[in-house]
Order: sequence, then structure tokens, then C-alpha cells
Amino acid sequence: MVDVNFGRLNPTGLLDLSRVVELSEWSLEGDVLRLGAGITFARLLEPGLAAMVPALAQAARTVGSPQIRQRATLGGNLATGSPAGDSIPPLVAHLAEIELASVRGRRRMPLGEFILGPKRTALRSDELILSVSMRYSVGAQTFMKVGARSAMVISVASIAMLVDDERDQVRVGYGSAGPTVGLVCSSRAAAAGLPGAVENACVPIDDVRASARYRRRALRVMTERALERCVG
Amino acid sequence: MRIEATVNGTPTSIDADPCLSLLTVLRDDLGLAGSKNACEQGECGSCSVLLDGDLVCACLVAVGQADGRTVLTIEGLGDGDGGLHRVQQAFIDAGAVQCGFCTPGLILATVSLLDTIPDPTEDEIREGLSGNLCRCTGYQKILDAVALAAAVAAG
Repeated sequence: MVDVNFGRLNPTGLLDLSRVVELSEWSLEGDVLRLGAGITFARLLEPGLAAMVPALAQAARTVGSPQIRQRATLGGNLATGSPAGDSIPPLVAHLAEIELASVRGRRRMPLGEFILGPKRTALRSDELILSVSMRYSVGAQTFMKVGARSAMVISVASIAMLVDDERDQVRVGYGSAGPTVGLVCSSRAAAAGLPGAVENACVPIDDVRASARYRRRALRVMTERALERCVG
Repeated sequence: MRIEATVNGTPTSIDADPCLSLLTVLRDDLGLAGSKNACEQGECGSCSVLLDGDLVCACLVAVGQADGRTVLTIEGLGDGDGGLHRVQQAFIDAGAVQCGFCTPGLILATVSLLDTIPDPTEDEIREGLSGNLCRCTGYQKILDAVALAAAVAAG
């Protein structure tokens, strides 16, 4: 709509996916939570969903403003494929899978393979994002984001940390510090090494929002704080 | 495309390009200029309206999406006889209006906030209004007005 408002886009028609009720549903199969691509960030803040995926809910709360969260959807955030997309670090830390559909059928892939580069994804021109799925019965998790103010900001750097007791893993998804959202994992015993590992793995750039040096430092500090929250 | 929507309580039929923003059609076709046109990219909140009761930026809604739905703008908020809504009255009483450009959006954001949280804390007020900018920077009195509206409702 922004491109329409600024005269950069003059569509001959639009499809209103918000009326496709099935896209806005979520379901549980065993310990796998399937979130429809049409679920808005406002709905992710509802207590039932937020309790199952707290890091994703914390990320949802930092998206835009109340007005934006009423309209903005998970599927939209993923299709945009920005390295700063707020929902992506928690979903990557969850090892989430994305489900795509076209007249040729459905296909699934890890979210990490779906996002190819800054705002580039594996979505074909005739495909629709149906859902993302993840195991939700994991341990402690958190999300943190640095920005110029609390609302209406594109993140300068963000992380989501998740403790997966079943696999004995602590996973960190980090955003705005490379061409795509990154993932760093360790065993629980070696989790103290995560701040350094994230600092080394990230490949941030200098831009109008922050310097690469600041972003690298912010990721280290956020990972240290997340460890205090999630691992103790 | 013919769009049938209930605008401020009145069934309204609009013949418009469905890809235009709801804001454009409200202002240019329906003459409802209370929703302000400023950033046109969802940053400022001055075009905030309630769409089926949800607070949205009218500039980010394609008007075709309003078909079959209800839209409430600042013009429809009072009692219809010139009487003000309690949130409008609270903004006057608290002196929360300076140039007035952001006021319609802020009032609708406040109505939406108080619908969800009737007695918000200051942090909840700040978060609820975080999508609305006031370039006169009169935020303190705006916060006071929201607290006043909540207190009036609580009696």
C-alpha cells in the first residue's frame, strides 16, 4: 500500500488474503505448532498463543505499532525476507519449517533455506505461504531488539535465544547483522561460549541505523543477557 | 468496484478503485477529512480509524478490503447530536490539543486502548499510543487526557 500511496505501484487488482479464513488459523499436532501465514502480530500477543511461543510473541510486540500489528502478518514478514524481520530470529531459533502452495502442489522447507538473501526468498511467483510449523515444547526462550525507540523501529540488531532440552541445545537466531538472519547453536554445557560465537558468526554492515562495530557489540551483550535469562 | 461498507453507522455504497487506500476514499470521495493524510506509510497514525473495531492506519488498507465491513472515523465517534465522546471531552479538558492535526488519530487510538484495557497504567498508555506522532510534542497532556478518560469511565 505504501508503494500505491507514493505512486510507485499501480496494480490492476489485488487479492485480499485476509479473507481466507484458513490462513489465519493455528493448530497443534503433537508438540508441533502450525501457525497460518495470515496470523497477525496482534493475534500472536493473545495469551494462548503467546504462552506457547513466548519469544515469538515478544518479537511480535516490537513490530511497528498497535495499528501495524493489526494488519501485519507472519506470512508478510517472511515473504519480505528482510534480515531485520522481527519474527525471523525466533522462528529460525525454533528450526521452523515453512509450507508453500501453488497449483502444482505443496512443498516444505526449513525457514533457513527459504530466505536466500536480503529480501530474496525461495518463493516462486505463483506460490503462497501457507504456514510455519515448529516444535513448541521447548525450554526457556527470549527475544531482544535494539532500536532507536521502543516502537516503530527497524531493528539495529536483534536476537532470539531458545533452550531445547530434548536436543540438549541452546540456539540463537540473530537479525540485522548479515544478509539473512543467522543461527548459532551450542550444547547446554558449552552455552557460555555463545556470546563469542555470535560475535564471530555475524557479518553486519555499516548503514544509516548503526555501524557494524556497534551491531556486533550489541549482539554480544544481548546474547550474554539472554543467557542470564534462559540458562542462568 | 462497488464497495458496500458501514461508515460511521451508515450503510454506504462507494464506487472506487479497490486498490486505492481507504484513507484516500474517506477523504476524497466521502468528504470525511477528519482522518488526516500525512505520512501515507503507517508511521504517524494520524489516519487511524477503527475497521470492524480494530485500530488500523487507513492509509495501509486497500479500500476493497473494507467491503462488507464497518468503518468508524472521528466524525462518527460522538452521539450524532453534536455531543462529544468522553475521550474527545477528556482531550479538551486536559488541554491535549495543540495544532489538532494528530488529535483524531490519537482519540481513536485511545478509544481502542480503553476498549481493551479500561484502566491502563502509564506504560500501557504509552504503548497503546506508540503508533501516533504529535509533532507539537504535547505528549504529557495527551497522556493526562487518556488517564482522565479512563477515570471518567470508571466514575
